[in-house]
Order: sequence, then C-alpha cells, then structure tokens
Amino acid sequence: MRPIAWTRIAVTVATISVIAAACASDTSEPSAAPTSAVPLEDQELVVSNWAAYTPEGLVEDFEKETGVEVTLLEDHVNNEDVVGKLQASDGVGRDVVFISGPYVKTLLDNGWIGELDHSQIPNLANLYPEATELAYDPGNVYSVPYTWGTTGLCYRTDLVDTEIDSWLDLLAPDPSLEGKITMLGTERWLLQPALLSLGYSINTQDAAQIDEAKELTIAAKQHLLAFDDTVFYEKLDSGEASMVHAWDGWCNYAVNENVEFVVPSEGSDVFSDTMVITEASENKEAAHAFINFVLEPENHVKVAELVLYKVPNGPAMELLDPEIVKAYPNLGITPEELLAFETELDLGDAQTAWSQAVAEIKAS
Amino acid sequence: MARRDDAGTGNRAQGALFLGPGLVYWLALFLVPVGLILVYSFFRRTSIGGIEYTFTLDNYVRATEPLFVKVFLFSIRTALITTAIALVLGYATAYFIATRPVRYRLPLLVLVVLPFWTNLLIRTYAWIALLNNEGLINKGLRGLGIIESPLPLLNNQFSIVVGLLYAFLPLMVLPLYASIERLGPRLREAGADLGGSPTSVFRRVTFPMTIPGVLAGCIFVFVPSLANFIVPDLLGGGLKSMIGNLIQQQFFQARDWPFGAALAMWVIAITMILLVFQALMLRREGRMSGRGA
Repeated sequence: MRPIAWTRIAVTVATISVIAAACASDTSEPSAAPTSAVPLEDQELVVSNWAAYTPEGLVEDFEKETGVEVTLLEDHVNNEDVVGKLQASDGVGRDVVFISGPYVKTLLDNGWIGELDHSQIPNLANLYPEATELAYDPGNVYSVPYTWGTTGLCYRTDLVDTEIDSWLDLLAPDPSLEGKITMLGTERWLLQPALLSLGYSINTQDAAQIDEAKELTIAAKQHLLAFDDTVFYEKLDSGEASMVHAWDGWCNYAVNENVEFVVPSEGSDVFSDTMVITEASENKEAAHAFINFVLEPENHVKVAELVLYKVPNGPAMELLDPEIVKAYPNLGITPEELLAFETELDLGDAQTAWSQAVAEIKAS
Repeated sequence: MARRDDAGTGNRAQGALFLGPGLVYWLALFLVPVGLILVYSFFRRTSIGGIEYTFTLDNYVRATEPLFVKVFLFSIRTALITTAIALVLGYATAYFIATRPVRYRLPLLVLVVLPFWTNLLIRTYAWIALLNNEGLINKGLRGLGIIESPLPLLNNQFSIVVGLLYAFLPLMVLPLYASIERLGPRLREAGADLGGSPTSVFRRVTFPMTIPGVLAGCIFVFVPSLANFIVPDLLGGGLKSMIGNLIQQQFFQARDWPFGAALAMWVIAITMILLVFQALMLRREGRMSGRGA
C-alpha cells in the first residue's frame, strides 16, 4: 500500500503548492521524456474512471501481463467534476484519465494532457475509421475513444400510448405523461432537446438561439417529474416515470422488459468517452501500454458487455454475443448512423451564456 | 478576564502550546480557504475556464442579478423554515432527554447522533424510496384506500425541507441539550414554588436561560441548510435550485471559479453576520445574568 500513500502525498503536496502559488504565472516543470528510463514492470499507474465503468479483471489482467502496478480511482462524478479535480491539482496525480470528448479540448487548453505516441498504441488500428474522425479530436491526436453512443428517449411501451418519435414528445408531452418524465440535468444535455427540436446546432454559441432553447426548456420543466442524470432507469422500473431522457447505454439498465429506446427524428448527438494521458504522468510508457491493452478486442468487448454501450472497436464488436445485441438494440446502431449526428464540442466563451441559461432553467 | 493576562511567562508558553493546534487548524482549514475564495472572487474567468488575474467587481455585480437574488431568497426561506421546525422538534427532544434520569441520557444522545454513522447520501436516497410516487408512503396509503392519486411528497420544497431537517436536526438537539442540562431542575422548581404555571415557568425561566443553546442550534442548522446542494439535487429532483447548487454549478459545470467564489462570499457574509449577531446577543445575555448574580 506504500506506493498509494506516496501518490496521495504527492498529490496533496502538489495541491498545496498549487494553492500556495495560486497567483504565480507558470509553475510547470519540464515533462518527462516520452520513454522513461524506468523499465515497464517497475512503473506505476494511476487510472481514474467513473464507477462501474471498468470491466472487472481488466486492471488485474493488465498488471499480470505487464508487471505495472495500477491504482484505479473510480472517483469521477461527471466530466465537470473530473475537470475540477484536475484543476485543483493542476493535472498532477493521475496518469490515464477517462473523460468525454468535448472536455479533451478543455484539458488540452489547460496544458494537462499531451499528444499520444501512436507508435506505442498499435491497437489503434482496431478503431472504426469513423472513430478516428470525431470532431473534438480528429486523428486521435490526444485521446482514444473508449465507448460511444447517442442520447434519446427511453420509455415504457406499456405506460405510453402515444407514438414517441420527436424531441417535442419530451418538451411538450401528451397530457397522459404529465409529471411522468425526467430530463437529463447536466449542462450539455439539458438544452439539447430544445436545440435539436428548433433545428439548431447542439454546440451553438449564438445568444439568441441559446435564449430560445432556454425558454422552451423552462416551459417543458412544468411537465417534469425531476431532472435526473443518475437513477432515471430505476424510475422507469418503478413506474414512477413513463419516459426518460437518456443515454442509450443507460436505458439498458432498466430491467423492465417493456423498456424501449428511440432516437428522435430530429437527430441527436454522438458522444464518446475517451482515454487521455496526463502531461504530468511520469510513466507515459505504462500509460500508453494500458490504452493499447484496452483496445485489444477481447478486452474492449468486455466494456461493451459491462456498460452496454457500443465500443468504437470493429474487431471487439464482432466478438460481441449476437444475443446481447438482440436484447439491447442500441448496440446495433452502426458507426455510419452514429456519425450522422453532431459531436459535442467545447463551447469556449459561450460557456458563460450556457451556464446562465441553465441556472435560469433550474431556478425557474 | 484582563487580569489573567498578567500571568507569568510560563503560563504564556503553556497558553501558546494549547492554542497552537487550534490556531493551525483555524489558519489551514478556515482562513486560507476563505482567503482564497475572497481573492478569486475579484478575478475573471478565462475562456478555457481558468483564472485571469485582473481585478474586477463584475462577479459581485452579476451576483445581484434578479436570477441569483431569487435563488438566494428561496434558499433563505427554505433554510428558515427548516430551522424553525428544527427548533421546535429539537427543543422538545433536548428537553425530554435532559429531564430523564442521568443513566438514560447518554443512550438517548447516542440515538440522536446515530444517523451520523451512515453516509448522508445513502440516507438521502432512503428518503427517495420513502417519498416517491411509487414509494412506501404513497403505495401504503393507496393500498389502504386512503388516497387515490399519489401525494406530491418528493421533488418539491417540502421534500427539500424534510431532507435538510433530517440531516441537521441533531445539530439543534446537541447544543440545546447542553443548555437545558446545565440549567438543571432547581430554577424550574423554584419557579413552580413561586406559583408559576408550567407554561410561564418555561416562558419566563427555562427558555430565556437557554437562549445561548437556541442561538447556537439555529445557526448550526441554518448555515448548512442554506448552502446545501445534495438535498435539493436529490430530494428536490433538481427542479428547485438553492444557492449551494448555483455555487457548485459555477465551480464545476460552468468552470467559472471567480463567479462561484463571489456567490460563496455572499453565503460567508450571511454566516458572519449571524455569528456577530450571536456574539452580541450572548454578551447582552452575559451582562443581564451578571447583573442578576
């Protein structure tokens, strides 16, 4: 346990020094050489991910194969929380970080991550060509997609009598669904149904469009049971909710057999959770090896089996049991279909206007 | 009090020794963080969510926009309702425990703090299981034929107050218990012997003598209720923002630390005002009882 303690101490010291030097302009140190002198089996890794997002045994198998000692932190609450944690430690203390696509730019702009060395990740060849073209990082220069998917409506066919095929079914629902609907409350997804139903980009930076989407969402809020990003599928199971705004994989967590997932006709987003390597990592060789290990088809398919999201890895998807795909049709969405949707991008200065709109919706 | 300062250097060294750990704690965990928040609140957000070190008052101006004032008022109202109910329930509980035979008091106090042994998040989810439309209470009442459609118990101000009350009630009971217990039964008995009815003994003896406990308990409940963000998120269904949610949103989702810091300064300011008020009341209280002695 001693290595962990040392890492913690290092993180603490780093945090304190960052705080102490809060006003100093530049405290960055020269980053380690791409291949460190320490042999691979003596390297250590801190990998951080969402809870229940890493297949059981993956880390242990990697440790066995490489001799690298891995500390898996399952402490990600959401993307914003990860960014906050990296901001608080100035990107120190984690080697491989799992984060959603649009935040790759955020981490890059802050200097917390760097370019990947593709020669150390030969398994990148397993990625679908579409997965190398995702708009937030074309060419996978800084990030490797781990899972990908889309957002839609997840509902109980036995409780919903009307046809569900539009975002307006969520925003201006049939009276029978009054108080029986939940929406995602996270900033990036909260405005999406309104923006998509209005035909606007999900990355709009136009104040008038954000405002219009805000008004539409405030009106929609009157019909909601709750905003829910975490346990909406349980609400479907209990019958408390009849329809929820959901990520495709999470819709599968509802155990009720009458639950169905649909992508509204106006289209949706394509999101990807990715793996990045921190600039501060002192064991970049091990970090690259870890990403390469995940991309092995027999490892990556376990991710699809566990989280029931698609993985952007052709050979891995071929290994997936057809019975699972039959049971969870979202796994059958093809890369082409997915790429027809817009990718979430960083909002830049428009972030403040988005946040204000979200605060107004939440406070209304 | 001033006379004690004339003590010898040995005592002074001893004083420093005893004061040291507390002082370090106060510096490291209070003064430094609050100082950082204060400093951040005068800067600007960069487009990548960092901090641009140019002085500005914009964050404080923005914090007075109607949206934020509205959320503030809602938070204050919710925290006040919570505190008022906690005072009534907490006083009754503390009075009951303090008037039991000594051997029962400790076990009863342990029962009061027992919920703290379980994670607040888990206990909050338990309330969801109880209060939701398909939850224990609504299903039970429907099963008994008492109601037809579910009562709106969750995702509103009521459930937020329930959650806050549940989370912070022990913080009301403990200082009140200390006050009432210290007061002892003799003054109450004297009041009764002098012909006071139970009500007037309580009104004119017990309650005024336990004002310090009342003040402490109210502040202990009001302040964390005001700034809480987990309860409105989970039990409020995210439908009603409290100031804690806005601050959290600014620090994480919006990555606007300076503005989040400015909002946090308002909460800190309210806390400070309450603490000063408490100190003034206690001093007045002290003078009054000093005169009586």
